[in-house]
Amino acid sequence: MKVVERPEMKTTERLYIGEVLKGLFVTMGHVLKNLRNPQGMPVVFFPEQQKDLPPATRGRHRLMKREDESPRCTACMLCATACPAECIHIKSPDPNIEKLPEKFEIDMLRCVFCGFCVDACPLDAIRMDIPEIAIAGYTRESLVYKKEFLMDHDNKDIVADYNPPRPVIWTHGPHAKP
Amino acid sequence: MDNQIFALINIAVMTGLMWFIPLQFIPFFIWLERKGSAIIQDRIGPNRAEIFGVRLFGMVHNFADVIKLLMKENITPSHANGFYYLLAPFWSMTVSLLPLLVVPLAAPIELAGHTIRFQAANFSVGVLYVLSITSMGVFGVILAGWASNNKFSLLGGLRSSAQMISYELSMGLAVVGLLMVYQGVQIDGIVETQGRLLTLAGHPLPLPNWGIFLQPVGFFIFLVASFAETNRNPFDLAEGESELVAGYHIEYSSVKFALFFMAEYSNMVVAAFLISTLFLGGYQVPFASTQDLLQKPQLALLLLCGGGILGGGFLGSIFYLSAKDQRSLHTGMKRWEPYLFAGLGFGVAGLALILMVISFNFSFPVWAPGVLTALLQMICLLLKVLFFCWLFVWVRWTMPRFRYDQLMNLGWKLMLPLALLNLLVTGVVLLIQN
Repeated sequence: MKVVERPEMKTTERLYIGEVLKGLFVTMGHVLKNLRNPQGMPVVFFPEQQKDLPPATRGRHRLMKREDESPRCTACMLCATACPAECIHIKSPDPNIEKLPEKFEIDMLRCVFCGFCVDACPLDAIRMDIPEIAIAGYTRESLVYKKEFLMDHDNKDIVADYNPPRPVIWTHGPHAKP
Repeated sequence: MDNQIFALINIAVMTGLMWFIPLQFIPFFIWLERKGSAIIQDRIGPNRAEIFGVRLFGMVHNFADVIKLLMKENITPSHANGFYYLLAPFWSMTVSLLPLLVVPLAAPIELAGHTIRFQAANFSVGVLYVLSITSMGVFGVILAGWASNNKFSLLGGLRSSAQMISYELSMGLAVVGLLMVYQGVQIDGIVETQGRLLTLAGHPLPLPNWGIFLQPVGFFIFLVASFAETNRNPFDLAEGESELVAGYHIEYSSVKFALFFMAEYSNMVVAAFLISTLFLGGYQVPFASTQDLLQKPQLALLLLCGGGILGGGFLGSIFYLSAKDQRSLHTGMKRWEPYLFAGLGFGVAGLALILMVISFNFSFPVWAPGVLTALLQMICLLLKVLFFCWLFVWVRWTMPRFRYDQLMNLGWKLMLPLALLNLLVTGVVLLIQN
């Protein structure tokens, strides 16, 4: 068994007061630096300004489409089973016809953005690659994404260096886009 | 007017003022806390709330807070003990506003045959009144913790009350040392004595006769204990977020929470006033005693103008530099506001400079010495208080929190013996001197 020795404190450090003063000088240095040069503060004016997201960002969900604009999803329920937050609600019609989801809802208020649904999907029908990370709304209903909303995209692959301007999506309220 | 009626009116006005001052300090303190923490952490801080484009560097956020807290639902949990649950926030707030009554804002002045006192109440018990009132603040915490009937608030209340009681001891002993040196408990007497020069064996030293020079250990103990008394970092175990959700006020919402929040800040304002009054000479301007200032109004005016130039120039340049930050432009913030404030700061500095230059030809009217002295002394006290307000913020955003056993060890095994030793040394030195 390896015994990790605690670093021995010197007597000056034990007195605490000297270290406190050192710390106070450090923070005062920051204050003086930032008062003298406010433009030097590493600040992003969110949401007007946004940082570039890394290519592997797990963002908002979308449902991929076939060539005839129908969803790739076959309502196999694997994503809903894998979901630890139980936020995916799928309803499939009569099993005797070709299976397509009748209802596919993702409750964003429950979603934990773990990406298990993407890993579970055998048909690559659900992806989390729309680079939006600040999702906001004014009502609970507006944050339960319906099938139509999830399929409202151009079905192209979002390539690694995809870095468009990303406004915050307000689905309701004064900032809502028409 | 009869002198007695005048004295009564004077006391009434000062009482109102001493009630008003901490209340006015609270929003400023909250702003200082937010902006100070932001600047320490290389952030901009609050700057979004506005009223018709006026942002006051984030000060407007206080209005938003007040509106939010007043509009929130006022919940009383069904398991709480109704009466005591309601009593606790009111108790905290009331007690936190009381101790300032005995703090003098300036030396008494003579004006048109009347004596104007800048102290609401001059009790013969003086400092002891302050100690007894501040020690009652612990009831608010205990009541809130117990009456909420919630294990987290009970734990928070217990920890907080244990901490406040154990640090009160060393605080009181530190004050006793001060009382021994100044030979009295009345605050106006203590402050008056602090206006002289420090004497060592009959020789005056170039140092004011302040408590910080006479009782450096006592000052240190009082400072640390007042951090603990006001439940402030590094002793804010009452609301250790990582352990206790929020501390003794978890179950409080809306105005009742606001009262606790305000009481916390008003306690700090009171502590800042007390430290500056007891240990930093109160209203005394260093090296310029009240008699000097009353005899030479020229000196008072010069000091006022010098302060105006320094303060106006400092604030103006800070506002001017902040106006040059181009990045806030595309958020829709207006450029004129920081420039306006910079202009105000520089304007004050310029006016003070002009006044300073032409003041050499003034013939001062009879009322001028008193008014100028009182004004200068109030500003001097205000500056000291502001420094300690900033110290509270500065320390909070520098220190990590103590662990509970460390806190108790520090309080009982270090601070208390140190305070007792300080008393012993002070007593021996005083005995030898006499």
